[in-house]
Amino acid sequence: MAPRIGVVVFPGTNCEHDARVALESLGASAELVWHGSSDLSEFDAVVLPGGFAHGDYLRPGAIARFSPVIGAVEAFAAAGGPVVGICNGFQVLCEAGLLPGALQKNRGLRFLCQNVTLEVANDTSVLTRGVAVGTRLVIPINHFEGNYTCDAETLQRLQEEDRIVVRYAENPNGSVDSIAGVSNEAGNVVGLMPHPERATDVLLGSTDGITLLEAFIASAATKV
Amino acid sequence: MGDKAMFGVLVEVQLRPGIADPQGATIQRALPALGFDGISAVRAGKAFRFEIDALDEEEALLHARVVADRLLANPVIEDATVTVTPANGESGA
Repeated sequence: MAPRIGVVVFPGTNCEHDARVALESLGASAELVWHGSSDLSEFDAVVLPGGFAHGDYLRPGAIARFSPVIGAVEAFAAAGGPVVGICNGFQVLCEAGLLPGALQKNRGLRFLCQNVTLEVANDTSVLTRGVAVGTRLVIPINHFEGNYTCDAETLQRLQEEDRIVVRYAENPNGSVDSIAGVSNEAGNVVGLMPHPERATDVLLGSTDGITLLEAFIASAATKV
Repeated sequence: MGDKAMFGVLVEVQLRPGIADPQGATIQRALPALGFDGISAVRAGKAFRFEIDALDEEEALLHARVVADRLLANPVIEDATVTVTPANGESGA
């Protein structure tokens, strides 16, 4: 059986189809889930895709965290289910307190839309399990608020607990320690600014996103 | 027991000291073009005004503080200051 992956859609989400198509092209079964849903227990994994949930009003993710589905994401994550937030989904997970830190405006105040080179920094999270540390991946970013920040104590904890999942080879947005993605303590909730679903076909310029999405689908398949 | 009265609330949200504020820095760099060279420490932020029903000013402040800290500001990067004033008009009685 192909693992079933729920792709959460908020008003203003716009990458849900990219995520669904990419996951299905890799053998998963992906379904869109409206943000009003309060039960995700039927799924093997959950994706919070990119976009502008609730118009990004106030701050990206600030309103989305009050959507009913967030309670379900919390329950799903607490039970060990694999969750990944991509771009706006990462911002939502931070605002919801499922991941530490915050994403502020890019250094230089420019919207960035470009391929970047990432370096895998962790080989145990649901997005990088089995991917060798140091692996370089070319994956696009597409954001204004991608400048990851947290206090010094949190940063030290992330480093010591091996929770930095991917780093930028060349820091494009001012993120502390070049962080492109982090995980929760258990490693089953990951957020990252780059869009692996947009690097899954040679026509898109890179297929390096497949490495991460395959690891995520494998994590979904082994969910207990 | 006490009738509720309406209070005006002003919440000002600013990036915390030490958090880079590229917007404030950009505004500051534009000021010499307007003829001002002596302006420094520009910080950009947001202001929110709303009205709140409460028993007294203390309760109004308490509730507004929760709104500020749990929604209007992200405490990881922002600080909020809350000011409460008795609203004009219908507070009466």
